Amino acid sequence: MTAASTKTLLDPLFESNPIALQVLGICSALAVTTKLETALVMCLAVISVLALSNVSISLLRNFIPGNVRIIVQLTIIASLVIMTDQVLKAYIYEISKQLSVFVGLIITNCIIMGRAEAYAMQNGPLDSLLDGIGNGLGYSAILMATAFLRELLAQGTVFGAVVLPKVHDGGWYNPNGLLGISAGAFFIIGLFIWALRSWKTDQVEPEG
Amino acid sequence: MEQYLNLAIKAIFVENLALAFFLGMCSFLACSKRVNTAIGLGAAVIFVQTVTVPINNLIYNRLLSDGAMAWISPALADYDLSFLGFLCYIGTIAAMVQIVEMTLDRYVPALYAALGVFLPLIAVNCAILGGSLLMVERTYTFGESVVFGFGSGIGWALAIIALASIRERLQYSNIPLGLRGLGMTFVLSGLMAIGFMAFGGIQL
Repeated sequence: MTAASTKTLLDPLFESNPIALQVLGICSALAVTTKLETALVMCLAVISVLALSNVSISLLRNFIPGNVRIIVQLTIIASLVIMTDQVLKAYIYEISKQLSVFVGLIITNCIIMGRAEAYAMQNGPLDSLLDGIGNGLGYSAILMATAFLRELLAQGTVFGAVVLPKVHDGGWYNPNGLLGISAGAFFIIGLFIWALRSWKTDQVEPEG
Repeated sequence: MEQYLNLAIKAIFVENLALAFFLGMCSFLACSKRVNTAIGLGAAVIFVQTVTVPINNLIYNRLLSDGAMAWISPALADYDLSFLGFLCYIGTIAAMVQIVEMTLDRYVPALYAALGVFLPLIAVNCAILGGSLLMVERTYTFGESVVFGFGSGIGWALAIIALASIRERLQYSNIPLGLRGLGMTFVLSGLMAIGFMAFGGIQL
C-alpha cells in the first residue's frame, strides 16, 4: 500500500473525522449508541454501504449527467441500504428491530452522500473504496467510543456482560441514568470534540 | 378529534424529532447560527413534512404493504412490496421537494427567495425520511399521518429556532477554545433535550 492510499484510509480517523470535523452523519451516531451491540451492527452497516456506494458511484462517475446526479446517487444508496436492511432482518432480526428506522435512515446519512459528492465523483474506484472504508472507520470510532461509555456508565455492562455490578443487583455501582437518555449522547460527543480539538488545535473554529 | 390533538401534542413536544429521536441533526447543528435562517429552514421542514408523510402513507397502504394492491385487481392481492419502501419514500420526498420548489417559485416568489438554498437541502434531511419511516412503523391511518406530519414538522422547527436563539446570545460568552462552535452546540442541544424531557411525563 502506497503512502497516499494509507493517508486516504487513515486520515478520516482523526485528521478529518466525519463526525467531529465535517459535522456529517450525526443523527444515527446519537440514537443507536445506548448499547454497544446495536452500535456495532450500525457501524458495520454504514461501513459496508459507504464502501459499496463509493465504489459504484466512482465506477459510474463518467456516465452520470451532472444535473441529475443527486437523484442517481440517492437511488444507488437507497438500493444498497435496502440490501443491508434485508440481510440484517434475515440474520439478526432482534437487533434490526432495535435499530428500527435508523437502518433506513442510512440513506439520508450525510456521510454517504457527502463522500459520494466530494470524493467518489472525482476519484477512481480503488481510492474511493479506501476513502469509504476510512470514513466508515472514523464514524465507527466515535460511535463505538460513545456507546462504550454510555453502556458502561448507564448500565454497568460491556456488550451485555456485567462489568460494574449495580447496587440494584447487589453490587456497588450506582448507575448514571443521565448517560442512558438522549441528552447524555449529546454531552459525550460534545466532550469528544472538545478533547479532539484540544489535541489537534488547527481544527478549532474561528470566532463567530 | 381529541385523539388527533393528543397526537399533535405528542409529536410536537413529547417525541420531538430533533431532541428525542435525533433526526435531522446535521442541518439542526449546521444551520442554527442565525435565527433568520433557522426560521426559514423550520418553515420549509413543516411544509414538506406535512405534504410527504400523508403521501407516503397512501403509497404504503395502497401499493406496498402485504396485500395492499387488492383494490386494483384481486390478482395482485398476494404481492408484498414493502421491501421497496425506502426507495419509494425517498423518491416521493425528492419529487415533492422539487414540486414544492417549482410551485413556490411560480406563485409565491417572496417565500421562495426567503427559503433559498434550504428547500433543496430538505430532500436529504433525515427528519423528513424519518417521519415517513416512523409513520409506517407505527401504522398510522391517513388522518393520523396528516396530523403527525404537521406536528413533527412544528416540533423540529421549534427546536431549531430555540437553538439558534441561544447560539446568537452565546456570541458574547467566553467559551474554551476547543469547545467553540460545534462542541458547544452539542452540549447546548443536550441541555435542551433535558428540558424537553419534562414533557415526557405528560399522559394524554
